[in-house]
Amino acid sequence: MGMTTSQEIARLQELARNTRKIILETLAEAGSGHPGGSLSAVELLVTLYFYKLRHDPKNPKWADRDRFILSKGHGAPLLYSILAQAGYFPLSELKSLRKLGALLQGHPDMDIPGVEMPAGSEGIGLSVGVGQALAARLDGRPTRTYVLMGDGEQGEGEVWEAAMSASKFKLDNLVGMIDRNGIQQDGLTEQIMPLEPLAAKWRAFNWNVIEVDGYDYLQLIEAFDTAEMVKNRPTMIIAHTVKGKGISFMEWSPTYHGTPPTKEKMEDIYKELK
Amino acid sequence: MLEKMGAMRNAYGEALVELGANNQKVVVLGADTTDSMKSGMFGQKYPERFFNLGIAEQNLVGVAAGLAFGGKVAFAGTYAIFVPGKCVDQIRNMLCYADLDVKLVCSHAGITVGPDGGSHEQVEDLALMRAVPHMRVVVPADAVAVKGIIKGIAEIPGPFYVRITRGVIKGSNTPIVYENGFEYKLGKANVVMDGGSDVALFACGIMVPEAMRAAESLGKKGVKASVIDVHTVKPIDQETVVKYAKLCGASVSAEEHNVIGGMGSAVAEVLTDQYPIPLKRVGVNDTFGESGEAQELLNKYGLTAAHIEEAAQQAIAMKRR
Ligand SMILES: Cc1ncc(C[n+]2csc(CCOP(=O)(O)OP(=O)(O)O)c2C)c(N)n1
Repeated sequence: MGMTTSQEIARLQELARNTRKIILETLAEAGSGHPGGSLSAVELLVTLYFYKLRHDPKNPKWADRDRFILSKGHGAPLLYSILAQAGYFPLSELKSLRKLGALLQGHPDMDIPGVEMPAGSEGIGLSVGVGQALAARLDGRPTRTYVLMGDGEQGEGEVWEAAMSASKFKLDNLVGMIDRNGIQQDGLTEQIMPLEPLAAKWRAFNWNVIEVDGYDYLQLIEAFDTAEMVKNRPTMIIAHTVKGKGISFMEWSPTYHGTPPTKEKMEDIYKELK
Repeated sequence: MLEKMGAMRNAYGEALVELGANNQKVVVLGADTTDSMKSGMFGQKYPERFFNLGIAEQNLVGVAAGLAFGGKVAFAGTYAIFVPGKCVDQIRNMLCYADLDVKLVCSHAGITVGPDGGSHEQVEDLALMRAVPHMRVVVPADAVAVKGIIKGIAEIPGPFYVRITRGVIKGSNTPIVYENGFEYKLGKANVVMDGGSDVALFACGIMVPEAMRAAESLGKKGVKASVIDVHTVKPIDQETVVKYAKLCGASVSAEEHNVIGGMGSAVAEVLTDQYPIPLKRVGVNDTFGESGEAQELLNKYGLTAAHIEEAAQQAIAMKRR
């Protein structure tokens, strides 16, 4: 890659810092939306988009591109801020998120450049990823498909239907990711709908499972790289994360699942982002 | 008129808590939206009769079916975009085919969900639920009606779908129509403004207050309108629909739902079968919603008193002279 690893990590760190800032500014302006699950997966998605994904913002429909599917559609502020930084649309579009007539709808839709699937209803994305991976294989394309799910989302039966089909079809061009932040809407996942042992469940469904610290770039890079080497099996990356990561009063707070920061809070937030 | 405000979801939570005290058979189920839906109020009070299934709507409905088979009266629900949508099969082949005592109560219906956008704005639920045999479909007009309806349907065996609104005014509120209380009678529409013989305005849900405002404005222009709250879309009150069709000779339906398959369609079916008169349907014109504030969307999608008034004038103009 022509850069030393530490330079590469410094670049990703800078992108992550900027992504957090954009997410929070955007949500404060919008006055509604979901900060917690956007902040938790910043490093995961920054690493995917700016280290791994083969894509071309100037040619969003390039047939051989890799696909990223945001299955937990309420993470839209995260996706939008990354797509804007990558150059799919101007950063200024984020100012009108969730407003009448905006390009950037509350949840992703197909009018937005770079969006690969409309989302909002959880539980569907992995099935769509299976279909994309099958299509790529049929056409002999090098496309790899990545799907990001929430941990609360694992409650949906369809996730496990997709899990079985992906291993049946030996989809080694499919990578699932779980933002394991431990919180869903009503509270802690282990109280609302316990998931553990989560990694063992995915292994039992014949997936290659990699568990990572969602904020350790070396682990994230290695996970994406090794997933590419695995043959005949799909890979699930379980990223251990913190809901609301980076902002002390948002971390581990179910309240900030679906409540944006007020504009007054932004001063505190800027201090923490430094 | 319509000065007081109330939150339908709070009314739902309060009604459940009251029911829980009087009826040990009542159980409540949710799907990771119980804080927002206020069904969590029941859970605080009666934790042993409260079940949060997580983000799993099909399981929610299936488990509710099992509880009903086991002799319970199950109130289950989440946001209307997920139930009925994700689980029409469970609803059709369990709740309705077996006539189970499951009351589905779903919130955040229609376009007034607002900023979340088109992915979350449910405009097909009445059509979906109306088409299933044995299902009863109810759309409360305000927070008072929610309470009356929840208590009323708890006493009536069999499946129900109740559709409630997140709120039109910031802070989850909608105008109060029934200041003097509301008693639920299955299949009996409520005439909320009577006597107008020029046009009948059939409305449900948050369009009832809009229809009342339209009637008031029409009245100032010398046009006399009656307003009928068709809260029970199925079984629809055929007698009242025909009675006002005969009295007025022209009609409008108004609902926060696709014009295909909802309350307006139900009224049209009664009129074509029994007493054909002009009917103008106000609703979402077979399109998806989008992000925006509730009131902005109501304006943009043609769901305000002004739109009802305009439709009323058109319906009156179509009367055979
Ligand atoms: C099918 C479905 N049911 C309910 C919801 C409402 N909802 C939006 S976000 C959310 C909680 C999501 O939790 P999780 O999947 O863990 O996401 P994260 O914590 O990463 O934000 C819920 C219940 C939804 N979007 N989709």
